[in-house]
Amino acid sequence: MTPQDEREIRRRQKTRAIVMAVLLIGFAALVYAISIAKMGMYGG
Amino acid sequence: MNTVTQSLPAAMPAEWRDFLALTKPRVMTLVVFTGLCGLLVAPATLPPVLAFTAILCIALGAGAAAALNMWYEADIDAVMKRTADRPLPAGRMDRASALHFGVGLAFFSVVLMGVATNWVAAAILAVSILFYVFVYTIWLKRRTPQNIVIGGAAGAFPPVIGWAAVTGDVTILPILLFALIFLWTPPHFWALSLFVRTDYANAGVPMLPVVAGAKATRVQIVLYTVPMAAAAVAPWALGLTGVVYGVAAIGLSAVFGLLAVRVLLNQATDPKAMGPEKALFGFSVLYLFAIFGALVADTWLLA
Repeated sequence: MTPQDEREIRRRQKTRAIVMAVLLIGFAALVYAISIAKMGMYGG
Repeated sequence: MNTVTQSLPAAMPAEWRDFLALTKPRVMTLVVFTGLCGLLVAPATLPPVLAFTAILCIALGAGAAAALNMWYEADIDAVMKRTADRPLPAGRMDRASALHFGVGLAFFSVVLMGVATNWVAAAILAVSILFYVFVYTIWLKRRTPQNIVIGGAAGAFPPVIGWAAVTGDVTILPILLFALIFLWTPPHFWALSLFVRTDYANAGVPMLPVVAGAKATRVQIVLYTVPMAAAAVAPWALGLTGVVYGVAAIGLSAVFGLLAVRVLLNQATDPKAMGPEKALFGFSVLYLFAIFGALVADTWLLA
């Protein structure tokens, strides 16, 4: 494995990790909003 | 698969964009639109967040089905020019990654649908994914020239799922919407397949124009247009919708029928002389958007 390959692997891992982080934060926000909406339907 | 052109080391991870490409984002437009219409015409309302989540789940489920389709069909995609640059045949991703991504996304979309709305909608979503992957992709696509008919059934699920997400049941109106998309798909796709010379024959996929010829395909287009128009008008004829939808369905279906007859009368085999086919294909997309738009407009005018 050449140093260029090494850099390319690290770059791809980094962008994938960032995309995953954004998706997870979005998912957490969505679950929060779903919980609030469900409480409004059944609890309010 | 011997089409890997890049000398990527085995450990090279795929770009995130290639995972996005696996979900066929452009095909999702129609799925999201018809799913949203099914949700909007249902006789109740969901809190906006739950409605958004339902549509998100339909889109993710369609993406999962597309990814699993590409996982299974990498061999076909590799030999067709149109699809050779997809992530798997181009060698930008290994097959296991595509499989894991597709299965994971499928489970995620179904479970989220069940938790956010109800398990009837989740079950129909699961059935639609399984149907597309197993019945269409794996079982029938390479075995019958009516494969597009079967594929159309998979694409017809979204309005039923959208409806079920609101009501938790399936009644006659969503079933008619299912029938409409189901019967619309063959004329829509076969019109395209007449004037776009694809290399399905090389890939061993028995597409109707390839195995039965242009003439038989044109006859089939007209044959499917008749029940399609019936399914389009039925919601109004049965009193499930108002006159706005009825007029739109009759008018749009009449134009569709006229364009289909022009296709039938066309003898050309050269794509350059296939004006009627191109007109029908272009109108067919507009037709589905307009008819579902009219349905939503009608529902809101009645309310």
